[in-house]
Amino acid sequence: MTHAAVAHSAAAHHTSLGLDNRKMAFWAFIGSECLLFTSLISTYLVYKGRSVVGPYPHEILNIPFTSVSTFDLLMSSLMMVLALAAVQRGDMKWGKIWLFCTALLGLVFLGGQVIEFTEFVHKGLTLQTNLFGCTFFVLTGTHGAHVTVGVLWLLTLWVRALQGKLTSANAMTVEITGLYWHFVDVVWIVIFTVVYLIQ
Amino acid sequence: MKSWLTTTDHKRIGLLYFFTAFAFFLIGGIEALVIRAQLAQPNGHLVTAETYNQLFTMHGTTMVFLALMPLSASFFNYIVPLQIGARDVAFPRLNAFSYWVFLLGGLFLNASWFVGPLFHAGVLNVAPDGGWFGYANLTERQFSPGPNIDFWLLGLQILGISSLAAGFNFIVTILNLRAPGMKMMRVPAFTWMTLVTQFLVITAFPVITVALVFLMFDRFFGTHFYVSQAGATPILWQHLFWLFGHPEVYILILPAMGIVSEVLPTFARKPLFGYTVVVYSGILIGFMGWGVWSHHMFSVGLGPIADSVFSATTMLIAVPTGVKIFNWIATLWGGDIRGTTALHFAVGFIAMFIIGGLSGVTHASPPADLQQTDTYYVVAHIHYVLFGGTIMGLFAGIYYWWPKMTGRLLSEALGKWHFWLQFVGMNLAFFPMHLIGLLGMPRRIYTYSPELGVSDLNLLSTIGAFLIALSIFVFVVNIVRTRRRGQQAGNDPWGGATLEWSISSPPPVYNFSVIPTVANRLPRWKTEHHEPMRDPPATPPAPIHVPGGSWWPMLAALGLPILALAPLTHTLWLAFVGVAVLLGGIYLWAFEPFEV
Amino acid sequence: MRKRFWVLTAALASSGCGGPFPQSALHPHSDFARASDVLFTDIFWWAAAVFVVVEALLVVALIRFRHREGRPAPTPTHGHTLMEIAWTLAPAVILVFVAVPTVRTIFATAGEAPADAVKVQVIGHQWWWEFKYPDLALTTANEMHVPVGKPVRVAITSADVIHSFWVPPLGGKRDAIPGQTNYIAFQAESVGDYSGQCAEFCGASHANMRLRVVVESDSEFGRWATVHLAGPAAPTPGTAAERGKAVFARSACIGCHTIQDVSPGVIGPNLTHVGGRTTIASGLFPNDSAHLARWIADAPSLKPGALMMRMQPPLTDADIAALVAYLQSLK
Repeated sequence: MTHAAVAHSAAAHHTSLGLDNRKMAFWAFIGSECLLFTSLISTYLVYKGRSVVGPYPHEILNIPFTSVSTFDLLMSSLMMVLALAAVQRGDMKWGKIWLFCTALLGLVFLGGQVIEFTEFVHKGLTLQTNLFGCTFFVLTGTHGAHVTVGVLWLLTLWVRALQGKLTSANAMTVEITGLYWHFVDVVWIVIFTVVYLIQ
Repeated sequence: MKSWLTTTDHKRIGLLYFFTAFAFFLIGGIEALVIRAQLAQPNGHLVTAETYNQLFTMHGTTMVFLALMPLSASFFNYIVPLQIGARDVAFPRLNAFSYWVFLLGGLFLNASWFVGPLFHAGVLNVAPDGGWFGYANLTERQFSPGPNIDFWLLGLQILGISSLAAGFNFIVTILNLRAPGMKMMRVPAFTWMTLVTQFLVITAFPVITVALVFLMFDRFFGTHFYVSQAGATPILWQHLFWLFGHPEVYILILPAMGIVSEVLPTFARKPLFGYTVVVYSGILIGFMGWGVWSHHMFSVGLGPIADSVFSATTMLIAVPTGVKIFNWIATLWGGDIRGTTALHFAVGFIAMFIIGGLSGVTHASPPADLQQTDTYYVVAHIHYVLFGGTIMGLFAGIYYWWPKMTGRLLSEALGKWHFWLQFVGMNLAFFPMHLIGLLGMPRRIYTYSPELGVSDLNLLSTIGAFLIALSIFVFVVNIVRTRRRGQQAGNDPWGGATLEWSISSPPPVYNFSVIPTVANRLPRWKTEHHEPMRDPPATPPAPIHVPGGSWWPMLAALGLPILALAPLTHTLWLAFVGVAVLLGGIYLWAFEPFEV
Repeated sequence: MRKRFWVLTAALASSGCGGPFPQSALHPHSDFARASDVLFTDIFWWAAAVFVVVEALLVVALIRFRHREGRPAPTPTHGHTLMEIAWTLAPAVILVFVAVPTVRTIFATAGEAPADAVKVQVIGHQWWWEFKYPDLALTTANEMHVPVGKPVRVAITSADVIHSFWVPPLGGKRDAIPGQTNYIAFQAESVGDYSGQCAEFCGASHANMRLRVVVESDSEFGRWATVHLAGPAAPTPGTAAERGKAVFARSACIGCHTIQDVSPGVIGPNLTHVGGRTTIASGLFPNDSAHLARWIADAPSLKPGALMMRMQPPLTDADIAALVAYLQSLK
């Protein structure tokens, strides 16, 4: 804190494996998160079909609705790719647009989750109702929390871009944001497949 | 003082870890002494059952999470960057964050000893009391209504974040910050074992996090993850816990194995025998450690096929473990062995780990294990590997690297007293436990019947425990005495082969005045292939920029116990404050100008 | 190793009736326990051999190669592939000798028993043991009787938290898990009283959750079963026991305990034939008047956490004495 600041991108530092430190750290983090979601998904699978009372998955899950949500999240990943490309080539006008769109589609996804969860509660499925309820809500809730963190992160970057503080020199930051966002998307694909499609 | 609170220097953080962890080690040790005092006689009444159950829970939890892991971390912090020729770790502020989270988590957990009155209970009433392994469904709200288990599950989640953050940090550091020429197969064995350990940390901790989250939801939000009436099973907890728990024991032992792999060559004046095999066996153990978890569950009734499979995988993992022992003995063989205290502890590790490993093999056979598991036999096993193994290994590291970290040598005379008292003490304390268990004394019991016929053996064990305490006292005297009056160490008191011995003791803040270029595995030794390297000059040719400190890691860390207080005290707004402090701290940290 | 020899000798010298080590796994008294013991002994001697060899190598290395003045610098050997292979394969081979009998024994002791085995249901409670004999329609607690030389199959579960059923002289332990049943099959070899204890931490009085297994001749077992199937002995009129029955019938006892034809409670142990048991409070105390009286007066003070709370208002000494007489009459 007490030194002359040079916003010197860490990417310019030489590293033994040639990979940026932050990017490597982030991949390690993603590896760790894989174990987290694997444990949650495995628990869902282990307890599948063991609920003593309903509502049961086939009575409640709305595949058409959730398919649209899934598509929305996939599109947000596309926005993220476009955002990164724009920032990398220094086009901050489009960088801001695509960052915002990514966040927006993320918010739409979250909105869809809220609608879906409210619907389930009205139909009698809560955290406490049965095993389907607790495993479903904790799994998708954890994922939703990850999406929320991602949205906040994206909006933070978007605000900094508005302030002119985000440039192509920060492309690594945006790339890592993209890594996170795509990971969250991939996890959703797995959840959607395991929970909704394979019943 | 401020510089210590804001430090991001790996050496200072290493020292902070060391002293904090050692303090927790003493606390865990006192808990053990009370346990042993209670068990010195049958039908003892030194403490009540409730107090005893808290004591053994806190002893285990403290020793594993607040003593052994952070003591290892103190060496990761101080020594690894030096061994790879780096100026610091990849993310110095994340490193500081790990430390502060560890300290706060440890304080949170131990606060439970005192804050009973805040929960309408007595003092010494609300500390965790479900065992360090917290088996469901005893830990459900129905059977553990008080805040004890809440302290435990919240405290562990806080500590998990500390370990995870450090894991990411050291993986990047070791892979990316090595000095020029230091290929992976030239990296010192300790750093290699650290790397494997960190991979185990980042993969195993998420699993226990999920287990704890499920327990938290059961206790606070009425879910039924471990409730059999709802169609669930408490065995899910055991699977999740041991999927974490077995890699965890390798997390506990691999660093000490790394230390032994450094100390033996230095004092035998011979390279580590079979370096490649030692490294690969460590990696193999890391992978295979994921395939054995249900050997902790042989009495659960998983069925003969599952029992057979896990028995086989458990026996298999004995092979790479044994290979290391042979390589260490081969390192000593043909050497010119100087019996320093560090060497004594390293040899003690080998001798005791052989015993612990062999009792582990007896555990690997389910029909035999069904008489051993959950008895004092397995208490013997774990203490031979964790005390005779990890703790002896850590003391080897302490006596070895203390001069580097402080500039002064510890007294060899006092060190030998420490070693022998501890060696005799630990064997007296733990060897009888093999027999005590086979004679029918289960573990985790606050008292036992005189009819069992194990009273004398228990008394013997208690005497051994107090002997251990005496040995630790000798060690503390050693530290205090040599603080001011210890002999100056110089750069390289031992004739070490690795980079940390090429710089002053303690090193300058920038570590290396010039980052060395490394051409082989033993840069500072002369071998038949090469001359020793030239140590870096005492002063740098040009000023070296060193990052300053930062308040934000500590601030962000503070958010975590505040967040944890919310469910503990049923106060929702605390959660918001905690999250705000955490996110605020992270935000300020992310956008602070900080250049490594 | 010397200790083990001494233990074995002492145990052998007092075989059968509890002896100096009543809960010892080192002195097997059933086929199940013996199978485990044979395997353990086998592994133990392999382990002992490895221990001797490896520790000897370590000690020899330390002595032979300790620093001596004028010694030339050691040859910097980096490794030796053949040795690595050797000391990788040798332990692996030894482990095969351990693994094969292990797997055989696992399957042999997997809890299967012939259809005519004596069946006992074990239900673990905090902190006592319930025993039901489904074929005999018999319920008792804390003291299990089985015939010697006949197959017995124990089905183990729990009513609350995880416990573990363990009677070392009769074999290894199996956990008592709510919602699940685990099995132990064994055939006891010799008549005697065997001690056991819960072996999975289950809360405040885990240490106090003990049990007895009485292995007796076929005819003795038949007698025991017959007595237990019959209703409780009626107390002789005019005795303290009769007064005790009246005290029992009007006290909170009936809410937790079953005495056949007297009270229906199922929260605590069945007391229909409690007078005939050698211990009370799940193996904690001898079944005598003094202990019974103290237990009835204030169970939680003797067994922390016990759900058998002090009566409010407390029973008078006279009432307690009468209850003791009544319970002791229930043979």
